[in-house]
Amino acid sequence: MRKILFSVIITFASCAFAFAASHSIQIKGSDTMVNLGQAWAEKYMEENPAEFIAVTGGGSGTGISSLISGTCDITMSSRNIKDKEIALAKQKGINPYEIQVALDGLAVVVNQKNPVGKLTLAQLADIFTGKITNWKEVGGEDKQIVILSREVNSGTHVYFKEHVLRKGDPSAKDEFAPEALLLSSSQAIADEVAGNPSAIGYYGMGYISDKQKPVMVAKDEKSEYEAPTIANVVNGRYPISRPLFLYTNGQPQGVVKKFVNFCFSREGQGIVLETDFVPVKE
Amino acid sequence: MRKFKEYIIEKLILASGLASIFFVIVIFLFLLKEGLAVFKIVTPANFLFGKNWYPISEPPQLGIFPLILGSLLVTLGAAIISVPIGIACAVYIAEVAPVRTKEILKASIELLAAIPSVVLGFIGMVTLVPWVKSIFKLPTGLTALSGSIMLAFMAMPTIVSIAEDALYSVPRSHKEGALALGATHWQTIYRVLLPAASSGILAAVMLGIGRVIGETMAVMMITGNAALMPHSFLQPVRTLTATIAAEMGEAVVGSEHYFALFAIGIVLFVISFAINITADLFLHRKR
Repeated sequence: MRKILFSVIITFASCAFAFAASHSIQIKGSDTMVNLGQAWAEKYMEENPAEFIAVTGGGSGTGISSLISGTCDITMSSRNIKDKEIALAKQKGINPYEIQVALDGLAVVVNQKNPVGKLTLAQLADIFTGKITNWKEVGGEDKQIVILSREVNSGTHVYFKEHVLRKGDPSAKDEFAPEALLLSSSQAIADEVAGNPSAIGYYGMGYISDKQKPVMVAKDEKSEYEAPTIANVVNGRYPISRPLFLYTNGQPQGVVKKFVNFCFSREGQGIVLETDFVPVKE
Repeated sequence: MRKFKEYIIEKLILASGLASIFFVIVIFLFLLKEGLAVFKIVTPANFLFGKNWYPISEPPQLGIFPLILGSLLVTLGAAIISVPIGIACAVYIAEVAPVRTKEILKASIELLAAIPSVVLGFIGMVTLVPWVKSIFKLPTGLTALSGSIMLAFMAMPTIVSIAEDALYSVPRSHKEGALALGATHWQTIYRVLLPAASSGILAAVMLGIGRVIGETMAVMMITGNAALMPHSFLQPVRTLTATIAAEMGEAVVGSEHYFALFAIGIVLFVISFAINITADLFLHRKR
């Protein structure tokens, strides 16, 4: 009797083991999203202890090529998949399935007393690279501009540099002006902007408060100036924002589906907000 | 048996003494190993005298000259403020003050030393920075001057207590001789005591400066951290220490940036080592 019980337990345990093993998923991709992915995974594993989720970075490109080679289940990407990559995936029998999980929007803020309320992307680039040094050049008072930036290791710093200073051109060499004050947190920038009438800074939209004035931004002089609101980021009219994606092979199935659903749950989208991104679902 | 006990205790003390030397050497070797790797990417001259610090660009620009100047400028400013006040304070405590005042002063200076630097930085950020901004009509109060003033507070306790000790250790006969020759109290202090204690006072100054150059938290909070070539005290600066503290957390282990930060560590180590050696030389000349 005892022997039978023993073997039953063994069988059951090995079943459970196989069950657990089949429930481990690999997530790979965008460094911008690594923190978000990890926060999701931690919370998800807390609720589903039998399942294991590994999250690694490496960049959107790396993530997409692992999806194509079949070495990861979900790819995090801060850009759309390219046609070339889709073609390559089709050849290997992989069907990339795009899921937009969050938005990344950056607000440019100035002091409440600053009369300047709208800027074009080109003006922003000139301000942050140090070509425009006085507020009067963009319609403000005769005051030196104090540039506030995040520290060099911040993803926000990199994103702002690539998409505003370099206007998305990968071969551009523009850098932040050496005069830029590098502050260690978004909160430090918020505080300095609140107290300094000649300061300009940028951070995730989550940090906007009554003490700062978010600048309306236009893509170019002909476009409309848009305020950094969740609505404008959602409809794509605010120019300093981008969608964040998950890619899976075909429509998500099984555990992958469960995880993706978790990302879209109230809790998952709450984590999006906590990690300074914009949720796609209220 | 007693001899054996003695032997054990002796060896234990020897081991503790050697341990500290051992740790210093191990730390230095580690610093060298991690830091020298950066010179595969950038020449020592370009590293030390390069004017651009853009560590995460492609390719990275790793010039720490603005950072070195930033550290030196803040330290110089702190020295200009803290040395005269510190020495004057030490003279007052050692020679002039009545016993009660002396006790209160000594206790409060020790209290000043007990304030954590992050607290000083925070106080500086909310009081000194806006004040510097409005007095000098600057676009921002996050400047080298703000850092210097705050760091002067940190150097002061070291300078006062060591300079005071140096003044005390001047033999009593010097002072009595000067007074007997008809010198006034001030003449005695100025012409006899200060020269006699000069090496100790110099050591006090060097140790105070050593404390300032290694200080991180307060400077990071109030100097603005802009890696530009400083031209005046009224500009933001980025110091060596603040650069390491701000960037180390996220530098990828094994990247050029990571090695560059360790190389900055070597530069800092060399600077404070030189300062301590100088202080030590002055202290020994006295004896």
